[in-house]
Amino acid sequence: MAFSDMMSYNSMKQPLQDYQAPNQLHFNPYDFNGGTILAIAGEDYALIATDTRLSQGFSIHSHDNPKTYPLSSKTVLGCCGFHGDVLTLTKVISARLQIFEKDHNKQMPTSSVAAMLSTILYYRRFFPYYTHNLVAGLDDDGKGCVYSFDPVGSYEREVFRAKGSASSMLQPLLDNQIGGKNQQGYVAQPLPLERCVTLVKDVFTSAAERDIYTGDSVQISIITKDGIKNERFPLRRD
Amino acid sequence: MAALCAEPPKGGFSFENCARDRHQAGQIPFPLARYITYKTTHHSIGWGECTHTQKNTNDNVHMDGVVLGADTRATEDTVVADKNCAKIHYLSDNIYCCGAGTAADTEMTTQLISAELELHRLNTGRIPRVGTANRLLKQMLFRYQGYIGAALVLGGVDTTGPSLYSIWPHGSTDKLPYVTMGSGSLAAMAVFEDGFKPDMTREEAMKLVRDAIAAGIFNDLGSGSNIDLCVITQGKVEYIRPHEIANQKGVKQGKYLYKRGTTGVLSTEVKKVEFDIIGTEIRRHQPMETQ
Amino acid sequence: MSILAYNGAAIMAMKGKNCVAIAADRRFGVQAQTISTEFEKIFEMGPQLFVGLPGLATDVQTVFQRLKFRLNIYELRENRRIKPKTFMSMVSNLLYERRFGPYFVEPVIAGLDPVTSEPYVASMDLIGCPMETNDFVVSGTCSEQMYGMCESLWEPNLEPDDLFETISQALMNAFDRDAVSGWGAVVYIIEKDKVTKRFLKTRQD
Repeated sequence: MAFSDMMSYNSMKQPLQDYQAPNQLHFNPYDFNGGTILAIAGEDYALIATDTRLSQGFSIHSHDNPKTYPLSSKTVLGCCGFHGDVLTLTKVISARLQIFEKDHNKQMPTSSVAAMLSTILYYRRFFPYYTHNLVAGLDDDGKGCVYSFDPVGSYEREVFRAKGSASSMLQPLLDNQIGGKNQQGYVAQPLPLERCVTLVKDVFTSAAERDIYTGDSVQISIITKDGIKNERFPLRRD
Repeated sequence: MAALCAEPPKGGFSFENCARDRHQAGQIPFPLARYITYKTTHHSIGWGECTHTQKNTNDNVHMDGVVLGADTRATEDTVVADKNCAKIHYLSDNIYCCGAGTAADTEMTTQLISAELELHRLNTGRIPRVGTANRLLKQMLFRYQGYIGAALVLGGVDTTGPSLYSIWPHGSTDKLPYVTMGSGSLAAMAVFEDGFKPDMTREEAMKLVRDAIAAGIFNDLGSGSNIDLCVITQGKVEYIRPHEIANQKGVKQGKYLYKRGTTGVLSTEVKKVEFDIIGTEIRRHQPMETQ
Repeated sequence: MSILAYNGAAIMAMKGKNCVAIAADRRFGVQAQTISTEFEKIFEMGPQLFVGLPGLATDVQTVFQRLKFRLNIYELRENRRIKPKTFMSMVSNLLYERRFGPYFVEPVIAGLDPVTSEPYVASMDLIGCPMETNDFVVSGTCSEQMYGMCESLWEPNLEPDDLFETISQALMNAFDRDAVSGWGAVVYIIEKDKVTKRFLKTRQD
C-alpha cells in the first residue's frame, strides 16, 4: 500500500522529472497500528494494562486485540506499535524463553527477560522492530517491577510508565497521582492495589475520550505471587 | 505599534502573511501546521411516503423531504478536538448543509453562502432554491481551485420539491437520491446501498440515516460521539441535536479533587471588577398602615 | 517541528461554578533554548474577558495588538462591553481572513458575560475554526498532555478555589512532560466581582 501511494504521489507532483532523471521509489516497511499500554509496579504486585483496539489509518482491524503477552507466571510483556513487528518480536521472545527453560530447568526471572529483550531489540539497531515495549512482573525479591524500553533496546527500571499512542495523555497524570509531582506536602506511601486499578481504569477512560486509537475496552493484568489475574473494563467504542 | 494603524476596510481574504509564511517554512524544514478537520460521516437521504404517480421529470424517485445526518467529532490529527460539534449548518429556512473537510472552511463557506442566499431572498422576494445554493457553493469552491477544503452535503426543500446534492472541494457536484461524504462515507454508503428504498416513510428514512451514521461512528476512527439529524419538509424543519447520544462520556471511578493549598503559589493579585452604575433608586421605607 | 511549536506554549481554560479560569506557562524560547521566563501569553480584553495566545511569539503579539484595535473600535462604536461570544467571532474573523497565510496562533478565550455573568470558554485553530465547550479547552505544544490531565481532573460545578487547584495541577503536570513549555505559570480565576491572578511555583527545567 505504502508503495503504490508513493508512486502516485511522485507521478502527480513531478510528471516531467520522471523522464529526466532516475527516480528512487521508497518502500516504507512500517505501519502504525495504535494501542496504548501502561504498567505500574506496586509493593508486592505489578499491574500492566492495555486497550484492545487494533487499528490502521482510520479503520479498526479488531475490537478485541489486547497488546499484553504473558511470558511466564510472573512476567508479562506489553508490546504495541507496528503489529507485524509485535507478532515477530513476541514469537522470538517466547522461543528464547523456551530454550532458556529447557537449558536451566526454570523460568527466566523478570530482570533477565528485560535484559534479554534489550539485546533482541539492539540486535536490530539499523532495521529496528517498530515496537514500544514494557515488561512488568515480580523481581527476585517478590517486589513489583516495571521495565520500559525504547524501540532499539535502551531500558530502565521504573515504577510507572505509559507507552503507545495515548502515552502522552496518561503519563502526566501518573506523575501527579502516583509520583505526587507538583503537590505541596505530598507524602509518598505504598499504592494499594484497589486504588491502582481504579486509577488505571480512569486514565484509560480519559484517553479513550481523546485518542482515536485507544478504545473498545481495557484489559488489566495483575501479577502477584499467586499468578496473573486478568480483568476487563469497557471503554468508548467510537 | 505598527499593527495599531488603521486596517484597510476591505473584505475578502488577506494574503499579507503569505510571503512571510513561505519564508519561515523554508527555515524550518517541517510542515507548517495542522488544521482541525472534520473526518466525518454525514449522510443524507431523501424519502417519499406519498404514492403519487406523477414523478418529477428529473428525479427517478418522488420525495417529500430530506434527512440530513452527521456525527459530532472534530479531530486534529489523531486527537479529538471537539466531542460535540455541530456539522449541520444553516443556509436558509428551507436549506441546510453538512460539512466535511477543513472545519474552518466548512464553517465560513456555509456562513458566507447563507448570507448571500438571504440577500437573494430579499432581492427576489422568493424562497431560495436548493439549486441556487448549490450553484453559489460550487462556483465559490471552483474559484478557489480546491484550496478551500470543504466537502459538503446540501439538502433542502423548495418549490420544485426536495433535493440533495454532494459538493466536492474543487467545485464538482452530484444530485442524487442518497449521498454520503467524509471519512465515514464508505461505511455509511454501505448501509444506504443495503437499505435505501425509493418510497420510504419519514420514520424509515430517519432510521436509515441514523444507522448509516452509526456505522460511520463505530467503524471509522474519524467519526464519533453523537448523531445529529435535520429533517426538512415543505415549510418545516426539525433540527434534532442530538438525535441520539451514541457514545456516553466515560464515568470516573475515583475522586481527583485536590486539597486546597496543594498548589504552590508565588504571588497573588486580586482585582475587583468595577461595575458601571446605570441608575440609582432610593426607596423610602413606608410605615405599615396600622389603622 | 512546526512553526506553531517554535517558541513553545501551553494554555488552557476551564469552566467552574459561576466562574472561569484561564492559565498559561511563562516560557519564551527559540526551539530548545529558553530566552525568557516572564513572557505574557494571556491578555486582558475586558474586566472579565481574557484571551490566551499560544504559538509563534511574534504573531502572539501582533494578533493581540490587532485584536485590541478591533475591540477598541467595537467598544467605541457600541458604547458597551463586548460579549465573550462576540469577541470569539472577532478573533475567528481576524484569523480566517488570513486563511491562506495564517498567523501561527491557536487562541483560547475565557470570560464571563458582562450582563448575565454566564461562564464562557472557547478555543480555535490557527485559521479561526471556533470551538465552544461546556468543560475545558486546551491549546499549545503539549495539548495531548493537557487533554489527558483535563479529561481526568475536571468535574462540573467547581468552586473558584477548587477550580484553581484543578487547573493549576492540570497545567503544571502537563507541561512538565513537554520540553518547550513551562518555566513558571500564571492562573487567572475570573469571578463575578473579582479577578484573581496567581503566579505558580513550578519546576524551572
